[in-house]
Amino acid sequence: MSTHHHQKEDFLFKYIFSTDHKMISKQFLITGFLMGFIGLAMSTLFRLQLGWPGESFKIVDLLLGSWAENGVIAPDKYLSLVTMHGTIMVFFMLTAGLSGTFSNLLIPLQIGARDMASGFLNMLSYWFFFISSIIMLISLFVEGGAASAGWTIYPPLSALPQAIPGSGLGMTLWLIAMAIFIVSSLLGSLNYIVTVLNLRTKGMSMTKLPLTIWAFFLTAVIGVVSFPVLLSAALLLVFDRSFGTSFYLSDIYVGGQVLEHSGGSPILFEHLFWFLGHPEVYIVLLPALGITSEIISTMSRKPIFGYRAMIGSMMAIAFLSCIVWGHHMFVTGMNPFLGAVFTFTTLLIAIPSAVKVFNYLTTLWKGNIKFSPAVLFSIGLVSTFITGGVTGLVLGDSALDINVHDTYFVVGHFHIVMGLSAIFGMFAGVYHWFPKIFGRMMNNKLGYLHFWLTIVCSYGIFFPMHFLGLAGVPRRYYTNSEFPLFDNMIDINQFISTFAIIAFFAQLIFFFNFVYSALKGPKAPQNPWKGNALEWTAPVEHIHGNWYGEIPTVYRWPYDYSKVDENGEYISGDDYIPQNVPLGENEKEETH
Amino acid sequence: MITTIIVLIILLAIITGVQFLKIAELGAKNRGELIYEITEKDSKGQSLMVFIFLFAYMGFFAWQIWAWGGWLLPVSASKHGVGIDFLMNLTLWIITPVFIITHVFLCWFAYKFAFSSKRKALFFTHSNRLELIWTTVPSIALTVLILMGLTNWNSTMTPVPEETDHILIELTGQQFTWTARYAGKDKVLGRSQVTLIEGTNATGVDTSDVNTKDDKLLKGEFHLPVNVPVQFVFRSLDVIHSAYMPHFRAQMNCVPGLRTQFNFVPTITTAEMRKITKNEKFNYILLCNKICGAAHYNMQMDIIVESQQDYDKWLAEQKEFKQ
Repeated sequence: MSTHHHQKEDFLFKYIFSTDHKMISKQFLITGFLMGFIGLAMSTLFRLQLGWPGESFKIVDLLLGSWAENGVIAPDKYLSLVTMHGTIMVFFMLTAGLSGTFSNLLIPLQIGARDMASGFLNMLSYWFFFISSIIMLISLFVEGGAASAGWTIYPPLSALPQAIPGSGLGMTLWLIAMAIFIVSSLLGSLNYIVTVLNLRTKGMSMTKLPLTIWAFFLTAVIGVVSFPVLLSAALLLVFDRSFGTSFYLSDIYVGGQVLEHSGGSPILFEHLFWFLGHPEVYIVLLPALGITSEIISTMSRKPIFGYRAMIGSMMAIAFLSCIVWGHHMFVTGMNPFLGAVFTFTTLLIAIPSAVKVFNYLTTLWKGNIKFSPAVLFSIGLVSTFITGGVTGLVLGDSALDINVHDTYFVVGHFHIVMGLSAIFGMFAGVYHWFPKIFGRMMNNKLGYLHFWLTIVCSYGIFFPMHFLGLAGVPRRYYTNSEFPLFDNMIDINQFISTFAIIAFFAQLIFFFNFVYSALKGPKAPQNPWKGNALEWTAPVEHIHGNWYGEIPTVYRWPYDYSKVDENGEYISGDDYIPQNVPLGENEKEETH
Repeated sequence: MITTIIVLIILLAIITGVQFLKIAELGAKNRGELIYEITEKDSKGQSLMVFIFLFAYMGFFAWQIWAWGGWLLPVSASKHGVGIDFLMNLTLWIITPVFIITHVFLCWFAYKFAFSSKRKALFFTHSNRLELIWTTVPSIALTVLILMGLTNWNSTMTPVPEETDHILIELTGQQFTWTARYAGKDKVLGRSQVTLIEGTNATGVDTSDVNTKDDKLLKGEFHLPVNVPVQFVFRSLDVIHSAYMPHFRAQMNCVPGLRTQFNFVPTITTAEMRKITKNEKFNYILLCNKICGAAHYNMQMDIIVESQQDYDKWLAEQKEFKQ
């Protein structure tokens, strides 16, 4: 009886309330992907409406029920879908799912620590995230429907249930869920920062850290700086909605009534929102860039080019990301002088971004590239980062933004540069570190198939959106059929929707591969990709404390791939030298 | 019934997948290989795919321009818009080559340097010269773009000076309709306030204000004379809207509690634009471009640009707001 009880407790603390970073990482990964799948399904459903407006679909009827009488999505519920798709993808999958998974998995393993600085806070971080996810999902089922003011929830639309039904209970739950989410994110970020600064193993100076760790570290810093501002923005909105304050509301006549609110300004909300909202782009992007740096170098069997420049450009991006938020507000009526300042800071970001791209290209040059699915997704990321990045020069320029602001040009731009890049980075990370997460290998052939279908569909979906935008088509329209001007666009929309449907099914290949490999995949060797970083010196099986015996000491940077002596022979006899191998007698340390 | 069939198909697909993977694993075992090993053949095959992708992607890009390029917005119908279009084209001429060249390098390197056991990768950690080049070149290009952008932005956003001959129009957005108000002969708009909304006075115009008397309120469409500066001020009665007039390269949000402004000089009449676009039914439009509620997708007004003569005639026919 007592042993039985003990076992039960073991299960509970091993799998549910675990304080082990590896288990928490798995929890983030699986929850993140489940949320991501819901977000993906939502987008596929509303793409049906955009491609074939007003047509009845059985599957829509089946899945959406009262949101879609006779299989046609209602206009305000279309907006709910768009809003929830954005919220779930940006925050739940690409922030918590991506950062939560890989920061948790890799920070202790790559810096040489037994666990996070505080296992307990780490556990809390996951459970806050979990509760937040559940509340967000519950909000789909309440009266009036889920929040529907766009993921940016600008008041007054988000503040007034009279303006749209989704701004009732659905919006309240959205705000509660996000408040809890922010607590989760802050607990996680603080933990990452403290761990990286304090728990590095012997010899692991900051300039010997893998770029993944730099990326996670800077991401956490941006998160700590900017997420609290969103929390206050959300709280003030709660006050305006429920307690009659007027932070954001003034001079409003809605539903046949003049409201009492006076003196507030919705512009204030926009400032507070984008103070997080823009850094958020880099909160999802930087981890993906860090992951790619590591994978491209490892799989090219070649040091990352410009290690210090990579760190410098990530720092520059992190800093600049906090002073560019106004470029989302060029046409809000904000003072034009302020617009000019934000144009300047925004376009500056192109410089460190360009440096990163060129460094990736040079890393591939004269490499010896082993094409794992992970490296394909990394190359895909460089491609999407370029494709989406260059159109940033259009949008960041206030004069040009006037005419493409809030059009499909923007939708195309940010889905490519932030959505695709981040999700490609996440896929790359999962394929690459799957052996570390589950101790098994994923199937490469399915991985290749997944990659090619995904990248083809991705560009099939998002590239044409630039053309829609340049034709003046606004985003968040239920249908374009009310404007004769946009009659031609139905062809483009059908084109996009067709690819969206294929893309959805392509992801099922990934989910199948993921589940099968986690349960039945071939057992992983300790260092399948012959990587240099410390995580590959840890045993395959997950043990508490990460290493049997002592934590390895670090003697070199993590990118000594294909290092040769004066005779052109590999120094170590193979094309890689792990970080815990001491320098040879005549070996020079790289001054990278 | 259909649901059952779908569930069955999914189940069958999963079982097939599992069997397929098991066979593949057994096959690899028989050949004495590890199934997860990335062979030289894999790398060669995938690198070739990347190479093919380069051509497919660039081909797709070109095809889209060919197929859809003609559907983009026609030439700018406003004076400042010509400057914006020029800057837009310049930017596109800079970013398109960057986009193509970096993709050529990316895919070419990936193709050329696929794994071979006979080759060693080059140990190449950094080069100050290279890094200096690719920090400086983008910086110079950006300086040009920033300077041109800011010049353009400042001139676009400067309101029409009082002394210049111009028309003053207030656009009011509310769910889900627009109202245009012309300032009338005195060129001053009467005061307005949401608390004054009552009966037919749907936008809350202050009837006691002497400036209100000659104001003209319009729904459905409004007219502009060609080549005369138009100063717009924007209001919203409920949520944020955005007054977007794509053909004039004009957009400004309408924010409750705040008066925003934008101005432009229309340069092409509706009749001329119908010839340019070869579309008899062409009309300039004002649409809402900020999510504002369920019928956001249908909040519009037509804009007619015509000669001063026609405009004067039209305006004279419109009722003044006398009460």
